Amino acid sequence: MTESANYDANRWKRFDEWDERSLRLDQFAIEDPENGFSAFSGKKDPKPALKISEGKVISMDGVAAEDFDLIDAFIATYHIEADIAEEAMAIPSSDLARMLVDMNVPRSELTRLARGLTPAKLAETVAQLNAMEIAFAYSKMRARKTPGNQAHVTNAKDDPLQLAADAAIAVALGFDEIETTMRVARNSWSNALACCVGSAVGRAGTLFQCSSEEAEELEIGMAGFTSYAETVSVYGTESAFIDGDDTPWSKAWLAAAYASRGIKMRCTSGAAAELLMGFHEAKSLLYLESRCLCLQRGMGSQGTQNGGIDGAPLAASIPGGVREIMAENLLAVWLDLECASGNDARHSESEMRVAAKVLPFLIGGSDLICSGFGSILKYDNSFNPSSFNGEELEEFLVLQRDFEADGGLTSVEDATALDLRRRAIDALAYVLKDLDLAEITETMKRSVAVASGSNETQTFSARQVALMSEAIQERNITVLDVIRSLHGGGFVQEAQNLLFLVKLRVSGDYLQTSAVVRDGRVLSAINDPNDYTGPGTGYRLSEARRRELAAIRDVLNRDEVLRSEAVNQSIEARAINYRTMGEATPGTDKGEVVVGLSPGFGNKIFRTLAGHRLSDVLRALQDGIRQGGGIMRVVRLNHTADTSFLGLSAARLSGSGVGIGLQSKGTAVIHQKDRLPHMNLELFSNAPITTLEHYEAMGLNATAYAAGDLPEPVVVQTRGEALGARFHARVALIYAIETAMTTDNAAPEELALEFQEQTQ
Amino acid sequence: MTPKTLSANDFPTAETMPGKVTGLRGKSLDTLTLDSALSGELEMEDLRITPDALLRQAEIARSVGRSALAMNFERAAEMTRLPQEEVMKIYELLRPGRARALAELEEAAERLRHDFEAPRLASFVLQAAELYARRGMYRTRY
Repeated sequence: MTESANYDANRWKRFDEWDERSLRLDQFAIEDPENGFSAFSGKKDPKPALKISEGKVISMDGVAAEDFDLIDAFIATYHIEADIAEEAMAIPSSDLARMLVDMNVPRSELTRLARGLTPAKLAETVAQLNAMEIAFAYSKMRARKTPGNQAHVTNAKDDPLQLAADAAIAVALGFDEIETTMRVARNSWSNALACCVGSAVGRAGTLFQCSSEEAEELEIGMAGFTSYAETVSVYGTESAFIDGDDTPWSKAWLAAAYASRGIKMRCTSGAAAELLMGFHEAKSLLYLESRCLCLQRGMGSQGTQNGGIDGAPLAASIPGGVREIMAENLLAVWLDLECASGNDARHSESEMRVAAKVLPFLIGGSDLICSGFGSILKYDNSFNPSSFNGEELEEFLVLQRDFEADGGLTSVEDATALDLRRRAIDALAYVLKDLDLAEITETMKRSVAVASGSNETQTFSARQVALMSEAIQERNITVLDVIRSLHGGGFVQEAQNLLFLVKLRVSGDYLQTSAVVRDGRVLSAINDPNDYTGPGTGYRLSEARRRELAAIRDVLNRDEVLRSEAVNQSIEARAINYRTMGEATPGTDKGEVVVGLSPGFGNKIFRTLAGHRLSDVLRALQDGIRQGGGIMRVVRLNHTADTSFLGLSAARLSGSGVGIGLQSKGTAVIHQKDRLPHMNLELFSNAPITTLEHYEAMGLNATAYAAGDLPEPVVVQTRGEALGARFHARVALIYAIETAMTTDNAAPEELALEFQEQTQ
Repeated sequence: MTPKTLSANDFPTAETMPGKVTGLRGKSLDTLTLDSALSGELEMEDLRITPDALLRQAEIARSVGRSALAMNFERAAEMTRLPQEEVMKIYELLRPGRARALAELEEAAERLRHDFEAPRLASFVLQAAELYARRGMYRTRY
């Protein structure tokens, strides 16, 4: 290596390293209000204003009624409630902003006022809140008390077997809703049937949607396969709306159409859609979104999928973009809409940015925290990778546990997961065969059951799936055919569960705001309203739910540590014997180095945190001491388990005045008899990364100190591992086992080591 | 005696008034069983929501300050009377550039009013028709 070349670099090397981080794959854009790149202050954002005459809006946010575009006209007609507007618009937006974060102002008062506020006024109000205030206000203002979550269930092959298996897993994880879509449009019917069957495994009531072309989605719903829809997109400028091939009236027509068929529906809108489509009118993300949301309320949509959504990555490229996404979600709930709060389309390649974005919604709760949590692997997500995916699902479970925050999910055990997958696959395979749609081989079933993603499956060809889908549609197969078939195949519970779901549409109870099904009951903003008015109110974890959140897999406990040590015990018994020789006394040999062992060393604990057998550690120390011309004497100290005191006590017993303290977990210290307890000669605190070579070098150095020399200290190099995260739970448990073995005033014991065999 | 207006306490209706909740062919909730599905007695029509059920939901929504949602349920109640093709036909007509002239939407409104007893939907379509004219929506989109 030519060092001089490095010194000539004209850049601090840290920037090269930063360049390599995933964050730097994200693109960032400069603020440019004229060209639509502004989160909160568009060049042409209007000032809030409203004029009403004889109950009719004659101008709104600076536009006279005769100049209204279709969006203005719809909002003025269906959103603005004239009898509230005068009172609401007279309140300064700074006062409204304070009311939003004031726990003493009830939610219902604020939702009432929102019905008289114009888009510009709503936007101007929430723009005054900082990110923390928005998060708090969101938590107070969201409609349903109990939080929930929604999953994406898709795969790259549109494989029905995998869809069924993954749907069953999503249900087991606790998702209230699951959403599928297709790689190939014509596969919508097979996707729908497969997810429908899978979602009936395990429990009843998980709502399901198949995102498809408008007319087809409604037809699939009519056939009873799906129970909700959220693809009714709206936009904040008229040009974008028309470019999306709809108008406020055509979308409102669809909203009524879904309700008329007993199917739950929510609209979709999100920041930066207009910017992506090239029709931003130099207005801010927030103002345009405020228009979208007023429109949705006016249409009589019970809710919205809102918060960036597909525009989230673009919104997040703009300064304040993520705060804006939070702000638009707040507008949604202030307007009394159910909110499936985005956190779906992944806005960043940085895991930190992703986790930071979801946190306010996890701790504050949301009707559906993610409007599409990828329950499948990233490459299998036909919508695009989500913020959280199959890969990161356990991180979400742990975040719930960390913050004792209900993100709607519950852990699934290994064995249960595989059982559920097999059950779903068997059920679907039976239905497909019974309805003469496909033949499924054992290999297909087995490969899909264990596969993490579609890259690993041996299943249908793309052509087979397409034929199956077309047959379902052409033969007018309905959910009733599926129910009968499931029953015929012995899948009685699944048949019951599906019938339960399709019966929901008869009463229409789940058409109300924020409806989900929990424990067989419709839970909505009507019978489970968010009643937050300060600490102790609103949603709180029950003790049972708290325990569920805590129950992640592979949790360490004391018994577990002792059990694994019991296994090591038998191995060590063949390697070393510690013979007790009576009370240890101070030595006189100037060449000796005393090694002081902790109370549990070699009798309760048998390996270091790095996994070294304790016999090997002692052998390494002995080798080092011998290389330095010294003699190792070993004592067990019973009055302490603390490294420093082990070392100091050993030093005081040592004829050379130098001793080594060694804990069973591998932490070691070189000490000298006249030093203060914590002023040791060398400390080896990173036991998990301390190698046998290090122990050997330690032994050698101890002899150098004994000879009055000052050797080069042994350095245990770290690579920045978070050793505390990796080991401290075990450390605390082991240490507690050792401290419990100490006895005040207990005398040190002399040990004779008998190495039984050479170990590698 | 006028029946009392429903409120939040009447929710969920499947639990508070199971006897009144029926499918489109009049079957009550408790008869929509797995056995009836197996025997073929149960059809998709029995699993369709009725105008009454939607109007009940509208009353409940209005009682908790959600009049916009209530109005959607009321439009939906009328729409239960439209066959699927009609629903989609008018949806299509309301999309940009589909209707070439105001008269096409007026004609649809007329049909809604007379053939389907859907006055709310008729006015809704008429309102769109007029605004579309003002916004120059009757243009050809190639």
